[in-house]
Amino acid sequence: MPRGYEPRLNRVPSRWALIGIPAASVMLGSMTVLVPQISLYPILPPFGLLILLAWRMIVRDLWPVWAALPLGLFDDIFSGQPMGSAMLLWTLVFLVLDIFDRWMMWRDYRQDWAIAGTLIAVVLFLSLAIANNSGGGASPAVILPQVLVSILMFPLMVRLCAWLDVLRWTL
Amino acid sequence: MAPPSPRRPGFSRRAQYGIFASYVIAVFGAAFALLLVLTARFDPDGHSALQSILADLTSPVSAAGRTALTAVGDVGESIGAYVDAAAKNKAMSRELAAAHKKLIEADVLRVENRRLKQLLGMSADAAPPVARAALVSSTGSSSRRYATLSAGATDGVANGQPVLGPDGLIGRVVSVGRVSARVLLIVDAGNVTPVKRTLDGAPALAMGSGDGRLILRPLTSGVQFKPGDVFVTSGSGGIYRPGIPVARAIDRGREGTKARPMADPARLDFAVVEPVFQMRPPPAPSQVGEPKED
Repeated sequence: MPRGYEPRLNRVPSRWALIGIPAASVMLGSMTVLVPQISLYPILPPFGLLILLAWRMIVRDLWPVWAALPLGLFDDIFSGQPMGSAMLLWTLVFLVLDIFDRWMMWRDYRQDWAIAGTLIAVVLFLSLAIANNSGGGASPAVILPQVLVSILMFPLMVRLCAWLDVLRWTL
Repeated sequence: MAPPSPRRPGFSRRAQYGIFASYVIAVFGAAFALLLVLTARFDPDGHSALQSILADLTSPVSAAGRTALTAVGDVGESIGAYVDAAAKNKAMSRELAAAHKKLIEADVLRVENRRLKQLLGMSADAAPPVARAALVSSTGSSSRRYATLSAGATDGVANGQPVLGPDGLIGRVVSVGRVSARVLLIVDAGNVTPVKRTLDGAPALAMGSGDGRLILRPLTSGVQFKPGDVFVTSGSGGIYRPGIPVARAIDRGREGTKARPMADPARLDFAVVEPVFQMRPPPAPSQVGEPKED
């Protein structure tokens, strides 16, 4: 056997990669607000949420329901929202998706996109309500472009997560 | 056959309890998060403590990225500067000649201004700035408008201090970490700045609208603001010293005059943090209106 040869069959993927790659990708998504750009209006899609939803759509039993709590906490630290905002909304998203899973056994890609898009819009509007509760006063019209960009961005995130999914099994 | 649901693990008690427990944790966690969200209204300072610690750790990352971005942007600008250079040169020479004349007039005015201020007993100079630092990142995905400043408590930055750019007011510091601080921009929908019109000193409130513009509400009835009016801080209420440029009115809307902020934080290299402005207390009432008795 030549040195450095690894069998391509019967391999056991690393446990760290299996759990770590999805979690790290969501956390990196949450950290995209660190890009050196001062924006005067909310336009950056909530990449953390998009990647979380993409993973949830691709690999349905990847995370227990409570996984949204720590990931949401991490998102809250960077997003500028009051603490608890993403913790609450992301967990609710997971619970709602569980109901959808029970309700619609077979879903195709477009239905997934529709469900995710609706959830993204709902989460963004609820985030706005939470931000306004803690001292803001922005009108819902302000985040409409962001909602649109986020929904259109979702398929791209699904592609990214699908690629990472292959990576985490072959790593 | 329908795909087997991962939430129904068959007859294994252990697996069933595990799933039940995860739902319990999720629901209680969500309830806890709801409490956190509700208390954010009453205790914003406690909420920002954890955020400042993490901002300290990540602000160097953003700062490095910003430097790289500025360098790339500079290359584009220097190439662009060669296009049409001769015509630009002529126009600039004309402007320079005009500016020289204005500069002399301004010198005369400055001397006169200083003399008049001495007469009134006002201090002419603003307090020296606390710190100079770069704005490195902002909360682009939230509807609140915070920016991260690359200076913190070790540089003397404290809560409430105004942050200025070369063109005008940017915002004020709302939470401070050791080497970074969070700045609430004036365009945030929760930020209100007391301003006055430069023409006649008509007072107004400049409220952020969350979409990069400000809404000006006149404080005296019957005053109409026109597009092109320039507004500066009035200094009332403290925090901002009077005379910092804030916004230029652009058009009249239903709920007030819309204005564009003078300083664009997106194109900013450095911001200056100033100490909190405190108005001198008015003279004691006994000395003002009381008739002297002989």
